[in-house]
Amino acid sequence: MNNVYIVLPVIIHMITAILCLLSWYSVNIQKVLSVIGNTAGLIVSIFLLKEVYTGPILTMQGGGWAAPFGITFVADTFSLLLVSLTCISSLAITLYSFGAVTRHRMKYGFFVIVHFLIMGLNGAFLTGDIFNMYVWFEIVIIASFVLMTLGGEKPQMEGAIKYVALNMLASTFFLTAIGILYGITGSLNMADLAQKLAAIENRGIVNITALMFFVGFGIKSAVFPLYFWLPSSYHTPPSTIAAIFGGLLTKVGVYALFRMFSLLFPMDNFMQNLMIIIAILTMLTGAIGAWSKINIRRMFSYLIVCHIGYFIAGLGMFTHAALMAAIFYLIHDIIIKTNIFLMAGIMYKMKRSFNLEELGSIHKNYPYFSIIAFLILFSLAGLPPLSGFWSKIYLFGEAISLERYALLFALLFASFVTLFLMAKIWAQAFWKQRPEKFDLLEDRKDKYKELKWNKKLILLGPVAFLLMISLWIGFGADLFFQISDKIATELQNPELYIKAVLK
Amino acid sequence: MEIYLIILIGLFYASGLFLMFQRSMVRLLIGLILMGNGTNLLIFLMGDIVKGKPPIIGKDFSIFTEIYADPVPQSLILTAIVISFGLQSFAIILLKKVYQITGSDDLDNLNTHDDEI
Repeated sequence: MNNVYIVLPVIIHMITAILCLLSWYSVNIQKVLSVIGNTAGLIVSIFLLKEVYTGPILTMQGGGWAAPFGITFVADTFSLLLVSLTCISSLAITLYSFGAVTRHRMKYGFFVIVHFLIMGLNGAFLTGDIFNMYVWFEIVIIASFVLMTLGGEKPQMEGAIKYVALNMLASTFFLTAIGILYGITGSLNMADLAQKLAAIENRGIVNITALMFFVGFGIKSAVFPLYFWLPSSYHTPPSTIAAIFGGLLTKVGVYALFRMFSLLFPMDNFMQNLMIIIAILTMLTGAIGAWSKINIRRMFSYLIVCHIGYFIAGLGMFTHAALMAAIFYLIHDIIIKTNIFLMAGIMYKMKRSFNLEELGSIHKNYPYFSIIAFLILFSLAGLPPLSGFWSKIYLFGEAISLERYALLFALLFASFVTLFLMAKIWAQAFWKQRPEKFDLLEDRKDKYKELKWNKKLILLGPVAFLLMISLWIGFGADLFFQISDKIATELQNPELYIKAVLK
Repeated sequence: MEIYLIILIGLFYASGLFLMFQRSMVRLLIGLILMGNGTNLLIFLMGDIVKGKPPIIGKDFSIFTEIYADPVPQSLILTAIVISFGLQSFAIILLKKVYQITGSDDLDNLNTHDDEI
């Protein structure tokens, strides 16, 4: 069904970014504009999600050119779900940034860049044209480069080199794959490509292109042999920016993988085995990497890698239940990964360190914050009935029923390591008595205590808001399973997507 | 003509990869730029390189009867060039900043803060 309003989540953020750019000299106006833009984006995307969830897939043909010729925007449940989650995260992050980001970072266009980044993400989720998706990806990475380096501190710069180099390489792979795809089919529209690719006799070249897409998106979503840029760069920027990266940026790679391998390249035996092997290795290396760290933000960076394995595993198994579990995990993961970096920021404010040895006594000093932190940490670990649990149980069940025991072992191992690390953080940072020598150091003094109540509220509010959503996902799992169920059905029946675009 | 372009693309990719395996940051960047140019040429090649054959259907026909120069890849390259120009200029400034801060061009010297794990 044709509906021009599906581009609104993109347009709203673009307009907000431009208005912020126009009020460059007044940070306060930018703050107000940013909150308005984010709220409007969130309301529109939730409304659209409801529309698509109950009705048919919506499309928008750019400039009125019918499907294979113009640029198409397609809003199915999957893309709108991700748009909604992105808008929720970005609202929380913007509010948090009022209390957390220093004034000189805000003065140099923090809000402008954040809105361009969210615009790029929403565009990448909504587009139905492969080259257009490349352009959105480039918008996302150039915005993330600026956010990564904003402030210009030494560790940030050093992390940025690795981040920039690997992301540019990923784009090159992506573009090469698009070039070959155009060469063999003569089309760029994803629905049209799906039909034309299925008719190609020479499967060799199709499979090579599929692998090039897998490498390109694999770098972006940080799967096993291609993840090294992530743990060496995500801990360097301030917590607000790390939250945007950790929650959203790798997930756009995951989204693209799901889209590509459900629509364009049907999963064959080889691809399934490859994905499952990569998922196993991603989970194992991510878990072991996280285990070896005592800096909590580095630990979380490795856990991002580790949990990417769950998505790849769900995609690799490609059964209805596995896809459903992976989508459910995606819902949970975007919210919780954003939240955990925001929470780490508050912990840093309290104890001026990310190092587990130097942290401690948070439970004694801040008992109420500790309750929030406990729920966040153990939601991530997937303690029942918190939100991480439901999808994991389905993934385990699918691994057993498909008799993929190596995968089952990796899933269990990753889960247990996550649980162990969360317990470790809880014991070391919250329960342990902090060594006294750190309390006496001038640069380890508690800065959180000195904050005024409104500053404390602006830091705690977004964390509590995201936690509420996490709890809702956990306790109201039925609704989210229904949404995941619909998405899994759509992913397994790409003809629905093709019919909606091509009519 | 096409065979020369194919060889050229291969050279671009190979030299780009070779430079990316070096430890110097400048070479890494030049490698990335070369690979990007190789990609642009690859897309160019996909659009059938023929002289003087615009994509216009003749008066008496309703479909293309012979090979024609496809305009879509050319517009794609144009977009890709503009995007990569932006990315590359950002990366060059970043390299300059990093060189000012660390005083080194060696990728191995980028881990100064990695002492604490």
